[in-house]
Amino acid sequence: MLDNIPRLPLSEWTTEFVRWITSAFSFIFDPINNYLGTLMNWIITGLEFIPPVLFIIIIMALSAIFMKKKVLSPILIGIGLLFIYNQGLWENLIDTMTLVIISGLISIVIGVPLGILMSRSNTFEMLMKPILDLMQTMPAFVYLIPAVAFFGIGMVPGVFASVIFASPPTIRLTNLGIRQISEELIEASDSFGTTPMQKLLKVQLPLARPSIMAGINQTIMLALSMVVIASMIGAPGLGTEVLSSLQRAQVGPGFVAGLGIVILAIIIDRFTQTSNSNK
Amino acid sequence: MSVIEIKNVTKVFGPYTKEVEELLHKNKSKNEILSETGSTVAVKSANLTIEKSEVFVVMGLSGSGKSTLIRLINRLIDPTSGDLMIKGKNVSKLSTAELREFRRKNFSMVFQSFALFPFKSVLDNTAFGLEVRNMPKKERLKKAEHALKLVGLDGYKNQKPNQLSGGMQQRVGLARALANDTDILLMDEAFSALDPLIRKEMQNELIQLQQKMQKTIVFITHDLDEALSIGDRIALMKDGEIAQVGTPEEIVTNPENDYVKAFVKDIDRSKVLKVKHVMRPANSQENTDANPVIASEDLLYKSYDSFKNGIRELTVKDGGKVVGIVEFDKVFEVLAVGNEVEEDAR
Ligand SMILES: Nc1ncnc2c1ncn2[C@@H]1O[C@H](COP(=O)(O)OP(=O)(O)O)[C@@H](O)[C@H]1O
Ligand SMILES: [Mg+2]
Repeated sequence: MLDNIPRLPLSEWTTEFVRWITSAFSFIFDPINNYLGTLMNWIITGLEFIPPVLFIIIIMALSAIFMKKKVLSPILIGIGLLFIYNQGLWENLIDTMTLVIISGLISIVIGVPLGILMSRSNTFEMLMKPILDLMQTMPAFVYLIPAVAFFGIGMVPGVFASVIFASPPTIRLTNLGIRQISEELIEASDSFGTTPMQKLLKVQLPLARPSIMAGINQTIMLALSMVVIASMIGAPGLGTEVLSSLQRAQVGPGFVAGLGIVILAIIIDRFTQTSNSNK
Repeated sequence: MSVIEIKNVTKVFGPYTKEVEELLHKNKSKNEILSETGSTVAVKSANLTIEKSEVFVVMGLSGSGKSTLIRLINRLIDPTSGDLMIKGKNVSKLSTAELREFRRKNFSMVFQSFALFPFKSVLDNTAFGLEVRNMPKKERLKKAEHALKLVGLDGYKNQKPNQLSGGMQQRVGLARALANDTDILLMDEAFSALDPLIRKEMQNELIQLQQKMQKTIVFITHDLDEALSIGDRIALMKDGEIAQVGTPEEIVTNPENDYVKAFVKDIDRSKVLKVKHVMRPANSQENTDANPVIASEDLLYKSYDSFKNGIRELTVKDGGKVVGIVEFDKVFEVLAVGNEVEEDAR
């Protein structure tokens, strides 16, 4: 009996929809693809231009500044980076790092304002919640398909897919952080006659900061995991090594590249977490 | 001209339906309206007039509508009906921008759990109200420092609030309000979260500051002792209604209804009433020098010692100046009348 109901043509609709968006909005996608692609190539060229030794020292110095009082972290970070260089994965590292940083930045630039809007309107929050759930539970691979449709293959579609996959935690935790502020502090702000902008900048965002930073940390970690997957659509980096090892069933190189990703993940995590805890 | 006039102000939380309106009209109680409609009448037809430079205490049990009432005054909560006059101007209907300006110019508020910003230093917290008004940094920090000095915290300006004790945090809350230099100070259970000793200390300090500042203070408390010790006048609230307004002496010695009576019946009047509450003005021909002297802020029981040896009158002084005379008969009357032990009941 159930077989008598014709199949809902959802997949056809989706295909048509994406095709329509692709052609209708190519005037947006194409310049994004060009400019962002060029920008990222510049960044990568620039970073590769720095001698690896100097690069490692700079990262170690930065980590020493950020993570006050801890001597061990910079040393471990240095050792990790040296290992990646030693394994001949330096250029892959730079590619991945650039992709993560760009995806992370875009996610934050989009995510924080969306989170703020959500905290201000219950209707908008109700609307966004299921969308965010969908964005996060959809298998990450699925985002690669429209990404390719919009931007072809390469770095930019990788960034696009990462932003979609990685921005929900920032949006959510910005919203939550602002909503969790105690009523009395908001009243205190109002009672002194703050404008909505003053309240946001001087009271809400600073008070929600730990929560927002936790969101950003998660976003960047998700961006990293997506950037690795995006190697399937031609985003260069450590993921490419993993993918080609997988295709050739080479355990050794796959493991080494995987280790490189782990090291990068730890380094990024350290950085985003300490900037969270130091007030 | 009164500084604050609350005219027939009602605040209903929950739907304000025709039904609620009718029940209010029929003067049904808060509980009846709640059980019939589900809406909470937090403040019901309140009428109050608060004069310049007085300490006006609103006192009542938890849930009686005190916090709602004080928030109606600076419009943190909008009234459901009624009018609010501040310095003679009707402010019941202001645009958002006017409302901001109105709050900046007129009010500073002190909160029960201090409501300090944890990420700001004590000094920056104190300067917050001025920062909001876009006062240049140097100027506002100078004013904030002065305010911190007033509350005895100038040594702590670079600390974060959570490094201070509760009492000190509330001093910062007070300093933040004082730095703002508005003439109305709203204090919602400002001392309720403090230990009894610290609390007493803060009350005394507020009284002393007020003698210099002469601000109009609306002070909320659920504690009768506190109300009596700092209030020039007291309004007692019950279920959103104002049960009685009067001086501490009037409230204690002349409760107007059973609710107020029950409230004040067990208190020791000699330990809540002050000399100033029962004194009469001295007239100029009187020779006051011969009498023993007592301070106007002293509690009444302090006068017992001086009334020994048949002395009938004491000279009341405030800061070295003669402000009145307190008579033995008056003290006796205030302490005894309406406070007699009923034979039958014992
Ligand atoms: N935001 C609100 N929504 C619904 N009911 C409220 C709200 N605020 C206060 N009330 C109700 O209004 C009444 C008065 O509350 P409140 O003014 O806080 O009393 P108090 O400060 O004297 O303890 C209480 O019955 C309380 O439950
Ligand atoms: Mg209250």
